[in-house]
Parts: sequence; C-alpha cells; structure tokens
Amino acid sequence: MGRYILGRIAGLLFTFFMVSVMTFSLMHAVPGGPFDENKQPLPPAAKANILRKYGLDRPIYEQYARYMWAALHFDFGIPFQSPTETVTKLIARVWPATLQLAGLVILLSYSLGMLFGILAAINQNTWIDRGVTTLATLGFTVPNFVIGIWLILIVSVRLHWLPTGGWGSPKQFIMPALVYAQAPMALVARYTRVNMLEAMRADYVRTARAKGMSERTIILRHVLKNALIPLITVIGPQIPNIATGSIFIEAVFRIPGLGRYFISSTYNRDYPMIMATMLLAAALWGVTYLISDILYTVIDPRVRLTGRRDA
Amino acid sequence: MSTPAVSAAPARPAVRRTLWRDATRSFSRNRLAMIGFAVVALFVLVAIFANFVAPQPYYRAKLSENLQFPSIRHLLGTDAVGRDLLSRIIYGIRTSLFVGFSVQIVAFAIGVTLGALAGLRGGWVDFVVTRILEIMTAFPGFLFAIFLMGILGNGVLNVILAISVTSWIDPCRLTRGQLIALREREFVIAAHSYGSSDWRIAIRHLLPHALPPLVIMLALGIPNAIFAEAGLSFLGVGINDPIPSLGKMVSDSMGYISVYWYMGVFPTLTIALAMLSFNYVGDGLRDALDPTMYNR
Repeated sequence: MGRYILGRIAGLLFTFFMVSVMTFSLMHAVPGGPFDENKQPLPPAAKANILRKYGLDRPIYEQYARYMWAALHFDFGIPFQSPTETVTKLIARVWPATLQLAGLVILLSYSLGMLFGILAAINQNTWIDRGVTTLATLGFTVPNFVIGIWLILIVSVRLHWLPTGGWGSPKQFIMPALVYAQAPMALVARYTRVNMLEAMRADYVRTARAKGMSERTIILRHVLKNALIPLITVIGPQIPNIATGSIFIEAVFRIPGLGRYFISSTYNRDYPMIMATMLLAAALWGVTYLISDILYTVIDPRVRLTGRRDA
Repeated sequence: MSTPAVSAAPARPAVRRTLWRDATRSFSRNRLAMIGFAVVALFVLVAIFANFVAPQPYYRAKLSENLQFPSIRHLLGTDAVGRDLLSRIIYGIRTSLFVGFSVQIVAFAIGVTLGALAGLRGGWVDFVVTRILEIMTAFPGFLFAIFLMGILGNGVLNVILAISVTSWIDPCRLTRGQLIALREREFVIAAHSYGSSDWRIAIRHLLPHALPPLVIMLALGIPNAIFAEAGLSFLGVGINDPIPSLGKMVSDSMGYISVYWYMGVFPTLTIALAMLSFNYVGDGLRDALDPTMYNR
C-alpha cells in the first residue's frame, strides 16, 4: 500500500513536471510576447528594461527554473493583464465565484443524479426508467452553453423571471448552477442506474430475497451500499473538472470566475496567469485521481492496489 | 472473423453469419440509431453539397438587410451585418463535420499506431507510451486546447491540431489494452505454434478482434470533436469570421439575445441535433457490436 501510494505520487509529480514544461516551453516558443506593441512601439531601451524586469531576457531554461522555484513558494509572478496585484491574489479574487458555482453544482448534480439513477433502476423498463435514461442522454450530449442560451431565452427574455447573468445575488445562481449541473448529473444518474441494476442481480440479493427480506431493506441495506461504491471513481475525478472547467457557463452567464480570466489570459498572452491556471488544474486533477483511487480501496476491500488504472 | 460452423445450420446455408452482418441487422432494428443515422446522413450530404443547398454564399453580407427576422426571403433570418443565417448554418455544418472527421482521422492514425506498437512490441516502446498515457490521465485537456489556440491563432487547421493533441489518447489506450489482452488468448498462441508470422497474426487474428471497440470509439469521438470545435469557437478562440462556425454564431448571437432571438435559436438547435444524432449512432453501434452489452 505505502509503496503503491509513493509510486503514484511520483507519477503525479512527473505529470505535473511535464505539464509545466510543455506549457512553459510552448508559451516561449512562439514569436510575439506580451510587450510587442503594434500600435505604440516602445523605444528599444524601454522594452529591454521591461523585459529585464520580468526576466524575459534570460535563456528559457533559466526562466523555467526560476519560475518553478518561485512557484514552489506560491509565488506565481505578476499577471500581465492586471499588474497591480500578484497571480496568487488574482486567483484568490476570481476563483471563489467559480468555487461557489462548483459547490452548488456538485451538491445538485450528485444528489439529484443518484436519486434519478436509483429511481430508474428500481423501476427498470417503466416510463420512469425511460424518462431518466432519455434525460441523461440529453444532458450528456447537448452542450451546456446550448442549454444555457435556451434557458436565458425562455426564462429571462420571455418570462422575465431571472436575470440573464452576473454573479452575486441568489437569483443569479439558479440558472448557471442548473445548466452546469446537467452533464455531471447525467453521468451520475447513468452510472448509479447501471451499478444498481448490476447489484440487484447479484447472488447476495437473491439470498436476501430467498430468506424473505423486504424489498425496501434489500435495496437500502444491500443494493445501495454495493452499487454506490464504484461511483467514487466516477464522481471523484469530476470534482476538479467542475472546479476548474466552468468556462462555458462563465461565458454564457457573464460570471467573473477563473474560467473567464483564463480565456482573457490566452488572448493577452498572460504567461504567469496561464501557467498558474494550468498548474492548478493539473495539481487538482492528479490529487483527486489519487485520492479517489485510494478511497475506493479503503471502502471496497475486494479491490487491491496492484493494477494500473488502464485495465 | 467468419463463423466456420455454418454447416451446422443446414436450414439456411446461404446466409453466412458474421459479426458485422449481425451488427448491421441489429443496428437497422434500433429505431433511435436509425433516426440518428438518417440525420447524420442528411448532415453529411448538406455539408458536401453546401454550395448547391445554401441559398447564398456564406460571406455575402447586405447591410441593408441586416437583423431581419425569419421570412420567405431569408428562411432563418439575417445576422447583424445582413448575412443569410440559413446559408451560414449550412456552411457551419460543413465546418463542424470537417473538423469532427479530421480530428478523428488524426487521433486514430496516431493513437492506433502508438497503441499497436506498445501492445505488440512491448519493451521500451510500451514503457514510453504507458508513461505518456499516465501523464495524460491528469492532463487538463480542454484548458490546454484553449491555451494552444491562444498561441496558434484562430483557424480551422489550428482547431483540428489543438483538439487532436489530446484526442489520440483514448484510442491509443484502448488499442494497447485490447492487444495486450488478446496476445495471451489461446487462438493467438495457437497461431504462433503453427508458425504464423507476427504480421499475419496481427492482421488476421488481432485486428479483427480489436476493431469493434475501436469503431465504437471512433463513432463516439466525432461528436466530441464537433463539440470541442463549437466550444472553442464559442469562446472566441476557435474559428473566426468569415469562415462560418456554429459555435461562433452562438456567441455572436448573445449580444442580440433580448430582441433577435432567432439568431441564437437556430445555430444552437443545429449543434444539439448534430450532437444527439451522432451520439445515437455511436450508441447504436455499441449495442450492435458489443456482445457484452446485450443484457443492459
């Protein structure tokens, strides 16, 4: 167990290293930097000064080493798009909106998704089951910005019930959270349903039926427990995805979160901000994968930590 | 992979049952899959013959006719600079499908080749490929695609490149896993024992077995790529004017949403329809080709 975890952590660090190297070298490989002004050309001396100030005149491996050394101390530099603060401060300022949304979405999608999945499995091959399956397919395939626009058209523009966007008041939370929850909810519902159906066909369920246990107890005590365990490996990795990936929702509903700043930093070639966001995402993903794998083995003793995840 | 036991069913000797023939029959009996297939076929035809189907060239703008609601003259209305939306959507479908198919071709060319090398050769090739696959599990793919687009700049080919960077991973993992699992099966060992060459085994024995899941993945990957293109263009880092992209049309419509609702409705409907029908085809293929799915 200890060996396995150490190995996984080593792999994680390697991933982290590769993401940082790839992003860093690609950013510097292309011609055109943040201070290439087309409209107001800087005098060469002033430009050299600025480049020196940001360390952009040094060889790239040195820039990388310096950057990573500072990053290890949570110093990600100064964002070009907002030079009066640090990247850490900028992220601390804009991430909460994304995180609030993510929290709502996780709560909503997991609880509703499990509920729908369980209902569909218990009522297999009835209209409830078909309804849930259809909804899950829709939620899974129709892009969330499409649904977002339809909701704005109907709820905000036609009915005037909710504001079209922005962030701050509870009224502004409803539509983004609902729309953003659609895909994870569909995923959770689908997996819950399949796992429930599988567990309901297991021998221990037949045994429980044979000894006359009530259907209610069977579902609650035996089926649910076994059906929800594998969900950890599905649900876990969704969390970093949700916490960093609300780019579309933030664009549709004009939410000033991390996603919007990531987009604007790619427009502006804001290297420090791009780097920090990529590293943040990579770290979150790697750690959650690791934790969900370990949790899985802790909760389900049948699974042993030997195999690779690509089985 | 023909079934040699045909003679055991003397009642119908003419019909040779193969996996693909069975799958075709099962697929054609799946109503949703067939509807999806019909819509996909329609989309493909529209995309190929866009020049003939579209009432106007996608770039023709008549400022005097801008922001018109749907009418006989412009069936789906016109946009802010007076371009016919129906024509833009038709050419947008061409862009979507071109990106969707191209990405899958690139992804499978790279992924299957690397996966096959890793699965068949093993050794250091497998070691390197496995490490890459491991790195990619925790790789923020879509963020990276956005970042790449920021570097490369807008354009159809750049979008294909940016999406392909991460989409070869899944086919590669699948191919490698399939081949490793198949390598140890009795029929492969038997083929080795009577002296088949490695090439013959790969092509005659391994490939036919590995193919069905790859076909399913290919089919389901197309809508993913279409979505990625629409998404990148929606965010403004994908395909830009004058080349029509459904995603870009959606984001363009957002500024006019409170009055000119039709501008957002039709492109989003097209995206949703394309995604749904491609996914139904993919799901239908999975049901038809994957024998382990029969009882689900």
